[in-house]
Amino acid sequence: MNLSDIYTELIMEHNSNKVNRRKLAHANVSKRGHNPSCGDDIALEIEFDGDVIADAAYTGSGCAISQASTSIMIDLIKGKTKEEAMELVDTFIGMIKREITDEDKLEKLEDAIALQNISNMPARVKCAVLAWHTLKDAIENGD
Amino acid sequence: MNRYRADFPIFSKENDNSVKAASYNPDSNDFQSESEGENLIYFDSAATTQKPQVVINAIADYYASYNANPHRGSYKISIRATDAMEHTRDKIKSFINIDTKEGEVIFTKSATESLNLVAYSYGMTFVEEGDEILISIQEHHSNLVPWQMVARKKGAILKYYYIMENGTIDYENFLSKISDKTKIVAVTHVSNVLGFVNPIADIIKVSREYGAVTVIDGTQAVPHMEVNLCRLDPDFYVFSGHKLLAPMGVGLLYGRRELLDKMPPFLYGGDMIEYVEEQETTFAEVPSKFEGGTQNVEAIVGLGAAITYLEEIGMKNVEALEQELVSHAIEKMSTVPYLVIYGDKEAHRVGVIPFNIEGVHPHDVASIMDNDNICIRAGHHCAGPLIAKMGEKAVCRASFYLYNTKEEIDFFVEKLKGVRRWLGYESE
Repeated sequence: MNLSDIYTELIMEHNSNKVNRRKLAHANVSKRGHNPSCGDDIALEIEFDGDVIADAAYTGSGCAISQASTSIMIDLIKGKTKEEAMELVDTFIGMIKREITDEDKLEKLEDAIALQNISNMPARVKCAVLAWHTLKDAIENGD
Repeated sequence: MNRYRADFPIFSKENDNSVKAASYNPDSNDFQSESEGENLIYFDSAATTQKPQVVINAIADYYASYNANPHRGSYKISIRATDAMEHTRDKIKSFINIDTKEGEVIFTKSATESLNLVAYSYGMTFVEEGDEILISIQEHHSNLVPWQMVARKKGAILKYYYIMENGTIDYENFLSKISDKTKIVAVTHVSNVLGFVNPIADIIKVSREYGAVTVIDGTQAVPHMEVNLCRLDPDFYVFSGHKLLAPMGVGLLYGRRELLDKMPPFLYGGDMIEYVEEQETTFAEVPSKFEGGTQNVEAIVGLGAAITYLEEIGMKNVEALEQELVSHAIEKMSTVPYLVIYGDKEAHRVGVIPFNIEGVHPHDVASIMDNDNICIRAGHHCAGPLIAKMGEKAVCRASFYLYNTKEEIDFFVEKLKGVRRWLGYESE
């Protein structure tokens, strides 16, 4: 495992990107996601327009991987329906668990494919999937 | 070169397969091939220590020659297994100077279980509504959460005493919080995050004057310094085997006999009974009363060997060696730009250094160190309230033991200087 496969420019960019790190004025759902052992702690906010994710943002703190994964996910899910977003969550988690390796299937993850190498770092898997589990929870269970 | 390092097979040349580690295969779950051998820099001894060959041999010898259930069956190897257990109990007593008339040593599975035993058996029986439980903010969750539970269930009040700006315990704050209402005083002998040695002799003395029972977590103290329970005279004192060169799965509880005798059992079942009838049972005497179920004999045997090993070196020498390492590390780490070390650099601490690198999350620091086979811990270290009090969410921790060297620390410090570059910062 080469560290430069993990700490890529894209991840660095999203880690320091503040565009998605804010509070939403009209959030319908706010969900906290937490990795107790390492201290990653995010609050994901979503504003729905009917069934569509009109806007999403997050606040919180954590390692570069958890923060970048959250930001990349937010870019990806904006404008998607709940159903589409849930499918993306399953594909992402499938990729990290190495259950989905077909590039055609992974294509829809767009920039999030950059996190594929995390599957080689068992200690960091939970950092990468935190936001995605939180999104699933937010869609399934609401507030 | 460190003279004790060769006693630990995990650091040996024969074990050098660092190449394999790079191609870890999650499907095979083959963690054995991850052993880093000679290149391994292990700075996480506050989490668990590596094991010397003498401990590994003692465990192998137990299984090869006298594995049997102690206290059961009147045959030779069972008696030998029983003797081995009792031999370790005696060794512990001499190692930390326990007077058998005053108190007893009880085997548990971990320091956590020892603390739960005290909370459930003593706390739930003798703490009453309106009583106060006074604990330090430095406590590991294992000496904190059980007291939250007792306070909630019994309607008692849980109070904290805090730390000073420099990270050491605020003794004046302790004195201002203790009162006649205080029934339990819990404190760690050495903080697992900050490494500072607390003035427990004074805390125990004052607590007794107020009639409070003291529960001391010695987990981070016993491996690193001479501990003399006769002199300290706590009511309860706990520690674990695996932070003391012994296997995981054995914890210790020292309790004053007077208290242990009046406490109810914690685990009910085999080995802890006297007479059992359909509706009634009488219990065995201390320590058996608290040792329900078959004990972890291999871990207890390993612990005996670990104590012998440490006694041969001498705890004064272990402490001196560690002090030299920690002073060296603080001096070198202080030269790293953007690195902050928590707590007073001059205060008495064991080989534990909490730190952060500005702009880099501790978990990223740990992963970047791991890339060079350096093992450090990152996170809240099971001391959430303390980390919050320090104004952080997580910190890195490097901890040393007798097998570490200054050369390892120098290499580690060089690698620390490069951490920020991985996160896209331009210079050191």
